Amino acid sequence: MVYVLIGAGILVCALLAVLARRLLLSAAWLALTSALVALMTYLLGAPHIAVIELSVGAGLVTVLFVFAINIAGEDITPLKSLVPKPLAVGSIVLAGGLALFLILRAAGVLHLTPLTNPESAILWEERYLDLLLQIVLIFSGVLGVIGLLANGKHTPDVEEQS
Amino acid sequence: MNLPIPLIVLITILCLAGIGLYCLLITRNLIKVVIALQLIVKGAVLAFILAGNMTGQLNLAQSMALTVIVADTIVAVVGLALAVQIRLKTGSLDIKSLSSLKR
Repeated sequence: MVYVLIGAGILVCALLAVLARRLLLSAAWLALTSALVALMTYLLGAPHIAVIELSVGAGLVTVLFVFAINIAGEDITPLKSLVPKPLAVGSIVLAGGLALFLILRAAGVLHLTPLTNPESAILWEERYLDLLLQIVLIFSGVLGVIGLLANGKHTPDVEEQS
Repeated sequence: MNLPIPLIVLITILCLAGIGLYCLLITRNLIKVVIALQLIVKGAVLAFILAGNMTGQLNLAQSMALTVIVADTIVAVVGLALAVQIRLKTGSLDIKSLSSLKR
C-alpha cells in the first residue's frame, strides 16, 4: 500500500512538473518528485542512493533550476508542440506497454530476494573506474559551465580583420 | 487487488519514463527539456535499484545508480547553462530559435 501511494505521488508530481505553466512551479514539482523517488529508493533497500538523490536531485538541481530561471526569466508563452499530442501519447503508450510485456515475460515470477550481500567496498574496489569517470565528468561539467557562462574577451571577427 | 511490490515499482518506472518522453516530445522550452531529461533519469535510477534488489546485487546497482546521478547532474548543469546563454543570445527559450544560430 505504501508503495502504491508513493508511486502515485511520484507520477502526479511528475505530471504536474510537465504540465505547469510557470517554470519555477515545474522546478518545485520536480524537486518533490525527486524526494518521493528517494523515499522509494530507501524502501527498496538502497539508503545511500536515497540520500544522494535527496541531496543532489531535490537540493542541488533545484537550486540550479531556480538560478537558471532567475537569469533566463519566465517564458510562459504557450508554444505549439513539434509533434502532435495524440501521436506522442500513442507512441509512448505503445512503447511502454511493449516494454512492460517484454520485461514481465523475461522476468517470470517477480519476487524480492532478501538482501544477503553485505559487501560495502564494491564502489571503492571493484568499480574504481566508475569513480574516475565521475571525477572526469564533474571536471568537464565545471569547465563547460565556466566556458559557457564566462564573459570572454571580445575577439574581433575575421571579416573585421580582413 | 494485491500487486507485488516489484510490479508496482516497475509500473512507476515506466510511467515516469513515459511522462518524461512525452514532455520531451511536446515541449519547445529548453528548460522544460532539461526537466524531462531529469524525469527520465529518475526512472532509470529507480530501475537500477529495483534490478539490484531483485537479483541480490544491490551494492553493484547502487554504484551504477550513483554514476547515473552524477552524469545526470552534469547534463542538467550544462543544459541549463546552455539554455541561459541561448536566452541571452536569442531572447527566447524556444528550441526553434536555435535554427537562427547557423546564420
